[in-house]
Amino acid sequence: MDGQVFKKLLEEIAEKIKENRQFLTDLDQVIGDGDHGINMDRGFSKVLEKIPSMPDDVSMCMKQTGMTLVSTVGGAAGPLYGTAFMKAGDAIKGKEEVGVGEAILMMDAAIQGVMKLGKATTGEKTMLDSLVPAYEALKECLEAGKEAKVCFVEAVEAAEAGVEYTKTIIATKGRASYLGERSIGHQDPGATSSLVILTVIRDFLA
Amino acid sequence: MVGMVVISHSAKIASGVIDLVKQMAPNIPIFPAGGTSDGRIGTEMDLIMGAMEQADQGDGVVLLVDLGSAVMSAQLAMEMLPDIQPVAIANGPLVEGAVVGGVEAEIGGSFDKVLGAVEEASQMVKVRD
Repeated sequence: MDGQVFKKLLEEIAEKIKENRQFLTDLDQVIGDGDHGINMDRGFSKVLEKIPSMPDDVSMCMKQTGMTLVSTVGGAAGPLYGTAFMKAGDAIKGKEEVGVGEAILMMDAAIQGVMKLGKATTGEKTMLDSLVPAYEALKECLEAGKEAKVCFVEAVEAAEAGVEYTKTIIATKGRASYLGERSIGHQDPGATSSLVILTVIRDFLA
Repeated sequence: MVGMVVISHSAKIASGVIDLVKQMAPNIPIFPAGGTSDGRIGTEMDLIMGAMEQADQGDGVVLLVDLGSAVMSAQLAMEMLPDIQPVAIANGPLVEGAVVGGVEAEIGGSFDKVLGAVEEASQMVKVRD
């Protein structure tokens, strides 16, 4: 995938976030401050506006996307997704073509960035609960020599299971942590928005 | 003088805290970074960076934060402005910390003194039997 193709993918991510604006906000109203969909859409709408002026370079596009999210989202998702995109961009600096090997590098860097900034790990009812299983599934699948599009199908399945898993655990990070046990039974909005993004990538490759 | 930045999800909280601090510390460089630039509840790295630059007189800047994303937005702002030194997010309460830290800065306290005053404010006793 080169920069031009990648920009198409970014557009599709922004559009899908917009479609899910209400859904993500509804999820956040139950266990958070009720703005996740609105915030994500605000950030990705700005990204959408900027895509035409971005260079045809995947690394630079990722970095500019990250900066835009940090500057416009407003909630915790801004710094977290912003960092994820910026770190992913850094991880593939200078590469003109991005393939499965790069996808693994990007996702690993994104996860490390989110863990460090959010001082978080898996099992805390956060976006990491869909991103980490997706990353592991993707890595395992590619190492087994399967095709990228097959592996993204498996990654999305793992992320879906991760989102389901967030229903069973107590939130210990973010606003939902104030709810304690009352957060059980509800899926995490951040894990869900990460799943939305992964689903777009899967469909894009299919 | 040590500078301070009051970071809150609410613009009204940030500016209200500063009104309170200014009663006792009218001369310190203290600036708000409240809400988002389009008037919503939230925190924004760019606003925090702007307030940090205003508050910086070369003696350091202490950042006070409310909840969740305020901490992460502040951390990113600190990374983006490596020339502002020393700088720290104070591990203390927003309102009480701003007042005692502000007084410490007003009387010419060092960065460490101001930061320490804000952090000590978390031990403040409100009601005694």
